[in-house]
Amino acid sequence: MKLLKLVPDNTNIGFVAIRHWAFALTMLLTVLAVGATAYRGLNMGVDFVGGLMIEAKFPQAVETDKVRSTIAALKVGESSLQQFGDDKTVQIRLPLPEQGGAGAANAVVEKTRHAMEAQFPGVTFSRYDTVSGKVSGELIQTGVLAVMLAVIGIAVFSWFRYEWQFGVSTFVAIVHDVLMTLGFFAVTQLEFDLNIVAAVLTIVGYSINDKMVIDDRIRENMRKYRKMDMKALIDLSVNETLPRTVMTSVTIMLALGALLLFGGHVLRGFTAAMMLGIIVGTYSSVYVSSSLLITLGLKPHPVGEAKGKGIAAQAERMGPTDGAKP
Amino acid sequence: MLTFSRGRVILILLPLIIGILCAVPSFLPDRVVEQLPASLRTRVNLGLDLSGGSHLLLEASTQDVAKQRLANMEEQIRAELRRADPRIAIGDISARDGKLSFMVRDPAQVDAAVERIRPLTQGAGLTGQRDFNVEVVNSSTIVVTPTSAGIDNAVKSAMEVATEVIRKRIDEMGTREPTIQQQGGNRIVVQVPGLQDPKALKDLLRQTAKLEFKLVDTTANPAEVAQGRAPVGSEVLPYPDNPSGVPMIAVKRQVMVSGEELADATQGYDQQSNAPVVNIRFNGAGGRKFGQVTTQNVNRPFAMILDGKVLSAPNINEPILGGSAQISGNFTVETANQLAIALRSGNLPVDLTVVEERTVGPGLGADSIRAGLLASIIAVVAVATFMFVSYGRFGVYANIAVAINVLVILGVMGILGATLTLPGIAGFVLTIGTAVDANVLIYERIREERRRGRGVVQAIEFGYKEASRTIFEANVTHAIAGGIMLALGSGPVKGFAIVLLIGIATSVYTAVTFTRLLAAHWLRTQRPSDITI
Repeated sequence: MKLLKLVPDNTNIGFVAIRHWAFALTMLLTVLAVGATAYRGLNMGVDFVGGLMIEAKFPQAVETDKVRSTIAALKVGESSLQQFGDDKTVQIRLPLPEQGGAGAANAVVEKTRHAMEAQFPGVTFSRYDTVSGKVSGELIQTGVLAVMLAVIGIAVFSWFRYEWQFGVSTFVAIVHDVLMTLGFFAVTQLEFDLNIVAAVLTIVGYSINDKMVIDDRIRENMRKYRKMDMKALIDLSVNETLPRTVMTSVTIMLALGALLLFGGHVLRGFTAAMMLGIIVGTYSSVYVSSSLLITLGLKPHPVGEAKGKGIAAQAERMGPTDGAKP
Repeated sequence: MLTFSRGRVILILLPLIIGILCAVPSFLPDRVVEQLPASLRTRVNLGLDLSGGSHLLLEASTQDVAKQRLANMEEQIRAELRRADPRIAIGDISARDGKLSFMVRDPAQVDAAVERIRPLTQGAGLTGQRDFNVEVVNSSTIVVTPTSAGIDNAVKSAMEVATEVIRKRIDEMGTREPTIQQQGGNRIVVQVPGLQDPKALKDLLRQTAKLEFKLVDTTANPAEVAQGRAPVGSEVLPYPDNPSGVPMIAVKRQVMVSGEELADATQGYDQQSNAPVVNIRFNGAGGRKFGQVTTQNVNRPFAMILDGKVLSAPNINEPILGGSAQISGNFTVETANQLAIALRSGNLPVDLTVVEERTVGPGLGADSIRAGLLASIIAVVAVATFMFVSYGRFGVYANIAVAINVLVILGVMGILGATLTLPGIAGFVLTIGTAVDANVLIYERIREERRRGRGVVQAIEFGYKEASRTIFEANVTHAIAGGIMLALGSGPVKGFAIVLLIGIATSVYTAVTFTRLLAAHWLRTQRPSDITI
């Protein structure tokens, strides 16, 4: 049987040679992403800005304008409407009443329900969320903290495990991945909620996974070919791991593709974020983080120096024997 | 590396078999699972977003607790100094900035007053820390300041009581398997699966249900009451349903009987008007007190006060001696029933506000499960086909490993009693994708080693050995991200992280150890001279 090989044997692409172009392109895209985020802002969900979110399901297709005028007549504050999933489902966002706390929010939901039921018989509220400003502020804080801690924690780990250049290049690449994801949400104006924070953290996790595999191979080749030029060595390592990089990205894309198409509308933004993250993460592993090692001045080890690198050397000895056992 | 003793084979397979067995209850219908002993009910719980239901985050105001405590202290001090012999007269009582200050009229009695008050301010805790500090300012003014430890203790105990009261109230509603947990210092999470409309629940939780009976002050001047002024020893309370039209009434400050002395409360109907009422029965002491007061005050009205509002103010036509009474007001059957539940479960020591609410209808939940299941199946099939086309026999090994992995994740979640949420399903699908990554790493390495001219056995051995280190490293970093999500995340993030972390642990095991067992078995029995990979 002839097996499928996405990357032909002995592929040798000169990734390092085009690194200046890659850096320029990456910079440009990152600046655009940051610009878009700053200029357009993120379409924050009620999780992060507080407020009331109602998902209404209608028995047949409905015009959002009609729904909008029904709600406007209630005078419960400025509503924002969005078709969600299909043309029978509308997401309604309302501000929380400033006074009266939970009871007042309840009243708004009930008022809206009555008016909608009168106007559109058979409508149901399939879910609704109320988040007060206080809680939403805390959710933002923990969300940002989680992402920052994850990025820093992972960078520190790879610094201790290898040379400092690996820590820095990984850090830069992951920050790039996070910024690109934010840019994607700013451009598409998909709702940015708590689920997306989970998606961003997963992207961080995946991206680091990808970089670890390549970094690990670079380390291995540094031990194997002590005299090889760093540029050639990194090219070799990236090319050697390329079949795996591509295979894994494709399998995960297949799994996520299934989720995007069949997983229901609630998870759609989440899945879209992850798919973009996989692409961006794979790109930054191949084009950014490994080439960056050269810019950062990673040097091949002369014979005998490996012993001096306390933690890294120990880690190496520990790796193959203990590592396999979970 | 590729030879396994029989003992090791068993050791490798045993956890997988246990894991798979623990996943079984998740697929059985409710009836069957109920017959299993509790230790075998290792079932995955469905989160609210899948089962439908309500999630409420309630917050108690700590200021409110502190204020109430200060008011209680004021009462205690008044009573204590009145009881002193000779009586210690005080004045200028004020509770401002969270402190209580008052003046002792006779400066000679200041020391005696402090002596008397001190025991009241001792904390109940074992730490010996005081709940209040007592100071003398300007030689005749005593200032009582609550200590922060004292406030913390008070909030803590108020929250414990509040959690219990809420549990009782929700149990009374007859909903199934509610989760009620304290979160942080002053919050309570309430999760009720399958609840369609949380309005009734929220109304019930909002009622402090502090019930008091007080005599109406009939001597008060109606014009002054309307302006909110009451004679000494009385207070003006809102009375929305007052037949006289003025929504206020003056009542005596002294409490005749309070809701704490109730033995039972049920919803019923008034025998004459047939309007919904709440029937209450006092306990022994409460009944005696109520009987005594009503005997002394025949033909005078008394007020039934709930949470500081007068519900009704009927006349005492005759002494009420049986220890039961009827609360009437402007009730519907539903509100009467709610009040009865609230009264039975005791009053909340602190006001709670809903700061976060998430409700998912059961229809959407069912849709999400169906969609999630479909997506998972399609993802598994697509990934499995792709792996087979790419790696042939070894792809099949990887697929078996993934299938087992999915079951083991469910099993581990069942053992831990973890909850599967919608983001959790996404975590599942992602785990399927990343689980094969370990196998991809190994197989690509074997391909490489074959290209370099190593023999079959050596290439496989080397592939597993070299790739294992990489896999370990990559998964440790992935677990760091997962751990941070679990520690810091709330709601959906947590649900996702749980599945991710369990998946990382189990997938390394199935993808590395288990497939190596399969590959080794094949090599030993078939002794192939070449492999297609």
